[in-house]
Amino acid sequence: MKNWYMLTLVGKDQPGIVAEVSRVLFDAGGNLGEASMSRLGGNFTVMLMLHMDTGKESIKQMLQPICDKMDLFFHIDNIIAGLHQHIDPNFRLSVHGADQAGIVSAVAGSLAKSNFNILNLESDVGGSAEKPVYIMHIEGFADCSFLELEKSLQLLKIEKEIVMHLVPIDTMVG
Amino acid sequence: MAQLEILVYPDERLRQISQPVIEVDDEIRSFISDLEETLSSLPGCVGIAAPQVGRLERIIIIDVSSRQHHKNHGHRVLINPLITFKEGDVVGREGCLSVPDYTGKVSRSKNIAVTAQNELGTHVKYEMVGYEARALQHEIDHLDGKLFIDSLVGKRNDLKKRTDF
Ligand SMILES: [Zn+2]
Repeated sequence: MKNWYMLTLVGKDQPGIVAEVSRVLFDAGGNLGEASMSRLGGNFTVMLMLHMDTGKESIKQMLQPICDKMDLFFHIDNIIAGLHQHIDPNFRLSVHGADQAGIVSAVAGSLAKSNFNILNLESDVGGSAEKPVYIMHIEGFADCSFLELEKSLQLLKIEKEIVMHLVPIDTMVG
Repeated sequence: MAQLEILVYPDERLRQISQPVIEVDDEIRSFISDLEETLSSLPGCVGIAAPQVGRLERIIIIDVSSRQHHKNHGHRVLINPLITFKEGDVVGREGCLSVPDYTGKVSRSKNIAVTAQNELGTHVKYEMVGYEARALQHEIDHLDGKLFIDSLVGKRNDLKKRTDF
């Protein structure tokens, strides 16, 4: 029987990581599911769903040589693969401001009070080293009105001196 | 009347270029009423194109009236639709009956003028904006064998462009 795993790889970014890792997995009979790769602060990061009929230990043994060669850390977990059940976001929040500790916690905390389910979060530190700018995009689902959600964020804007732009996502299906 | 089966990607027929309708006759009208019944059986869906049910002719229906906050013309059958004017770009999220369980962002023209024939064969002209214009462009793409997943825009470029979900 095939099992699903979540494979996490982290390391110094260099060209060819995805090609090498996916080749090793494919050669061993693995299938990939959903994946998300990002370069974060110059580091290569990827999380990918892997479908294989081998156990965790043998996957580890298979990955160790390539990860040693490419200087990657990896981690593997058994998961339940909930495929074909995407939740569509109905709100998108863009946040930016001078970089300061606690932006994510404050924004996420405020959203959590509205039972906002974060489906996607991406953040970047831009600007210069002297004047870093924090930019974050969040997409998610909340079962409340646009006005309610916007109102719940008002206080935060003033407290944190950040710019927040909330827009409804109205998916067109045709 | 009958509900028609929706073709699902990667069905080859979704990739064909549909042919113009030469004459809007009773047979076409009968097909249109089946297409209408199919569309109305799909909650949350605001448009459908004939090739989505395997009929490779240039016929679409759009109906954005369920989204009252978007400017719209209500239920419209458009035969041989032709975009005569387009202006502005706007990114929005789309899904498709023929591509289940996936939505993504697509850039579309914001303002559109379209000419077509209606179900009586009469020539009509509409100006559409925003969400309705998006629906129209999505359906016309179906007539040209194109799907929204052919023109997805990346996740991280949204600060550059005005985004209207
Ligand atoms: Zn479609």
